[in-house]
Amino acid sequence: MVKIEEKKETGYLLITLIGEIDASNSLELDQTIARALKSGEQHIVVDGSRLEYISSAGLGVFMSYIEDMKAQNVKFVLFGLSDKVYSVFRILGLDELLMIKADKSEALEV
Amino acid sequence: MKYHLRVNCERERLSELRKFVQDVLEQHHVSDADTGMMVLAVDEVCANLMIHSHRCNPDEHISITVNITKEGVTFEITDIGNSFNITEYKTPSVQEVIKSKKKGGIGIMLVRNIMDDIQFLSKNDHNVCRLFKRVSFATNGSRSNH
Repeated sequence: MVKIEEKKETGYLLITLIGEIDASNSLELDQTIARALKSGEQHIVVDGSRLEYISSAGLGVFMSYIEDMKAQNVKFVLFGLSDKVYSVFRILGLDELLMIKADKSEALEV
Repeated sequence: MKYHLRVNCERERLSELRKFVQDVLEQHHVSDADTGMMVLAVDEVCANLMIHSHRCNPDEHISITVNITKEGVTFEITDIGNSFNITEYKTPSVQEVIKSKKKGGIGIMLVRNIMDDIQFLSKNDHNVCRLFKRVSFATNGSRSNH
């Protein structure tokens, strides 16, 4: 089960992921990111500190927007991932393709 | 030692399946890192079967057996029906997935990266996907993070 919170801050959109993202609920993540891009957000910051699990369904959502974000010059940064979740990003080298920072202050410096 | 779980082909059952695998591996003092990876691999195979082979039909089911030996951990994931041969599936590259903007296609890539051996057997509509990972079990009963 996942809970996704969105909060508009000055200069960026904060998306907080709470729980587990798998094939049963990755659509919620997809819709959240699609909505953010559609509304013209230029800096999207994802708090993953309360994300307990992610499978390929969740990774696939992030990957599917890499090209659009490049084209739209959107800064998309994840932060606060646990070792366990970060290791899943590392398996396929996604830690090199997505911006992943240790904490929120680093994510906002991007 | 063998453990067994049967789940209906509903995506909502994936979390129960992950908990089952996690509990078994914790019981045998498998490291957190190896446990996390194997939970992910089994989740990926089962999600693929539920979605692509069984179209999320809750009247159909898949079975998971975990066998712990001194060499490592073997998972047998069994279903009945159209076979999905994981060993023959041609995985795209990460760059191809990104360019295509498709949201799927990387689950099997993860499984191949995580497990040491993957086999697929099919006979009389019964399909078995066998995953094996070499594991060093903690001898003092404590679990490590790496």
